[in-house]
Amino acid sequence: MNPPGIAPCAVVGLGPVSAHGAAPMDTTAAGWVLPVLLVVVPLTLFLVALRRGPARRAARRVAWFASGLLLAAAALSPPVDAWAHHDARGHMTQHLLLGMYAPIALVMASPVAALLGVVPPRARHVTARVLRSRPLHVLSHPATAAVLHIGGLAALYLTPLYAATATHPLLHHLVHVHFVAAGCLFAWAVVGPDPAPARPGMRTRLVVLVVAGGVHAALAKLLYARAGELPVGAHQDVEQAQQAAQLMYYGGDVAEVALAVALFAWWARGRAHARRRVGSRRMPSEVLHAPA
Amino acid sequence: MSTSAVPGGDTRAGTTQDPRRSRLAGLLLGIAVMAAVDEIVFHQLLGWHHFYDRSTPDVALLSDGLLHTAELVVLVAGFFVLADVRAERALDRTRAWSGFFLGAGAFQVFDGVVNHKVLGLHEVRYDVDLLPYDVAWNAAGVVLLVVGAVLAVRARRRRT
Repeated sequence: MNPPGIAPCAVVGLGPVSAHGAAPMDTTAAGWVLPVLLVVVPLTLFLVALRRGPARRAARRVAWFASGLLLAAAALSPPVDAWAHHDARGHMTQHLLLGMYAPIALVMASPVAALLGVVPPRARHVTARVLRSRPLHVLSHPATAAVLHIGGLAALYLTPLYAATATHPLLHHLVHVHFVAAGCLFAWAVVGPDPAPARPGMRTRLVVLVVAGGVHAALAKLLYARAGELPVGAHQDVEQAQQAAQLMYYGGDVAEVALAVALFAWWARGRAHARRRVGSRRMPSEVLHAPA
Repeated sequence: MSTSAVPGGDTRAGTTQDPRRSRLAGLLLGIAVMAAVDEIVFHQLLGWHHFYDRSTPDVALLSDGLLHTAELVVLVAGFFVLADVRAERALDRTRAWSGFFLGAGAFQVFDGVVNHKVLGLHEVRYDVDLLPYDVAWNAAGVVLLVVGAVLAVRARRRRT
């Protein structure tokens, strides 16, 4: 993932453009520049932010953030990218890593809290106003995030968009950016743990999680059922496309369970907190264990 | 949830137990465990059901997907509600087991009637005479429901 001696290649820059179908990804050192930068730069910024601001549970958050970056970098690394270039299963692995697993890990690190900690006092006023603005409330609502996240997938697989990414490298990269951004927005809106303005309660978030996961599962089965026809114009090998669809289905399950566990863990923390406040009145342990 | 409550030991403790949430925890886990058994044993191990058998209409795929993800969330919810009741030392074990069997039986019958017959998602098995399989499937569900109901009655008697 992070081979030594790769730093000098950074000078070479992002020369070769890679895309499914555009140009075969070079597996030389230059291909590692983007994945390495993707880990090093944000991680450095995150560490700086944690050092400057109030850093609660710092070690755990750094671990989450680094894992998220590593997962994203793995998805964009030359071997995986080359695999995604010619194989539907490779593309689906990339999709799972970029759109689901990396975002969940990144969001668990509470990146917004870290960012707010280092905002200079002057800008804090503006930041607070942005966070309280109505457009951001709409954008950060779990339902909006779900539409952007799952709707983006539907648009990619059910329209000629997927085929277009094969011939337009810029579009291909934009789709990757959308995967990560929408995945992060969704995970952030549904589970936090970052504070979010006017985040709805447990019930709404659970409903959104189930509906989004359900549509994702249905989309995966649709891709399985129409393997070879979908994505439109992609002309994938039928067997590979079927395996890719199953990867999407069961891979989505893993993400669904991870998000549900994160959400209920937050709920349980709130319950434990409330119990501590009420005191031991609700927990008369001696009574329960006393002989009748 | 592995052992039943001490006989007669509930009389005083009963005031601190939470029968409603104990049953809820069992119910959620029963539904989810039955769903997992269906998914793992019949889909993956025996291969009787199919991942997708090409007869399912697109609309049913959506309800199938929603049910599937709801099951996953219900499994997680069940464990957390159970942990929550236990943390308050308010677990009524008989109620929890009763809920578990009721949930498992209800899912089995729901799967047998709604998923297999109404939605036509898939059948129990293919290329065989379906009737004995359908009868066995739904009868197993009814047996689980009866066990759950018996436990519920016992739990109620002990409390009064």
